[in-house]
Amino acid sequence: MSKDEQTAAPSRGRMILYSIAALFCLFGLADATYLTILALTGETAACSGQAGCQEVLGSVYAKVAGLPVAGFGVAGYFTAFACAIFAAFDYARARKFFAIVVGVLFASTLWLLYVQAFLLHAFCRYCLFSAAICFLLMGLVVATPSSRVSRS
Amino acid sequence: MKRYLPFLIVVVVALVTFGSAFALYRARKPAPLKDAAASGLHVRGKANAPLTIEEFGDFQCPPCSIMAGLLKQIEDEQGSKVRVIFHHFPLAMHVHARAAALAAEAAQEQGRFWEMHDVLYKEQSLWAKATEVEPLFEGYARTIGLDVERFKKDLAKPEVAARVDADHELGASRGVTSTPTLFLNNVALKPDAMNPTALHKAIETALEGKDKPKHE
Repeated sequence: MSKDEQTAAPSRGRMILYSIAALFCLFGLADATYLTILALTGETAACSGQAGCQEVLGSVYAKVAGLPVAGFGVAGYFTAFACAIFAAFDYARARKFFAIVVGVLFASTLWLLYVQAFLLHAFCRYCLFSAAICFLLMGLVVATPSSRVSRS
Repeated sequence: MKRYLPFLIVVVVALVTFGSAFALYRARKPAPLKDAAASGLHVRGKANAPLTIEEFGDFQCPPCSIMAGLLKQIEDEQGSKVRVIFHHFPLAMHVHARAAALAAEAAQEQGRFWEMHDVLYKEQSLWAKATEVEPLFEGYARTIGLDVERFKKDLAKPEVAARVDADHELGASRGVTSTPTLFLNNVALKPDAMNPTALHKAIETALEGKDKPKHE
């Protein structure tokens, strides 16, 4: 991403929206990091005795190719955070990347919600928190005004 | 400066995330189980057994007594494939549970933890109803061949109580709220799998390699 991509007069409203998005991404990142560590240490019991939580985190759907799904969440949220920060500083291409990454996170969230509701019949509160973050991020992507005006 | 600010923020967040994750991982990673016996844990079975069953138990809890018998049966069936680790998790609702845990730890001072473990569960229905359990526990100590005077002194040792407390804290940190709670290769067993059929199935599944050991 080059500095040339920056627009001349960064929209204050857009900057605020992307800053809020970055903050949401940090919450999601913390949640996904915590779940990844639980998966790596095998501590599915860290749900304070919540049966549903253990059921979800200990299920076959909690891993893809031997890697914890939460690990992909860490990568996703971190990428989204980085894009949101660059977008807040008015890097035009970062806005596009941010929308794509959030779209992927949102689609993954829908799949994981489906798994919890219809395949496992159990919900994990950490996963629901992450789902809420994804919905908020998607809402921000939709709400953020697009602009074709680029500076310099 | 503003040009580099987004890069700086992203790098700082990456470092903080990585650092926190690493610290959390180190804090939550259980001690290697191959050193379990050396670290004072109560272990039965071979260190290289493919399946480690950890039990958080309360000597006054009736289902724990049943579970103790079931685990013995599983050990007999599976032989060297299984090893069992016992952690104390005396529940506040059981008035003599902590005293029983201390008695088992005092027996450990003379290398007879498992003998006391077995007799406490065997005689549970008797001492659980007693008002004074100390004379009964001293009788058990005598039965399993302990030096009773030393046993009585060991009961008052702070390190004996500290071991019970440490086990309880370990259980709480791993989400244990009731007894018995079992972990198969460090994965918590669901409460509905605490019956003989489901437990046997879970053990077979774990031994088939679907649930690899997480400790090395």
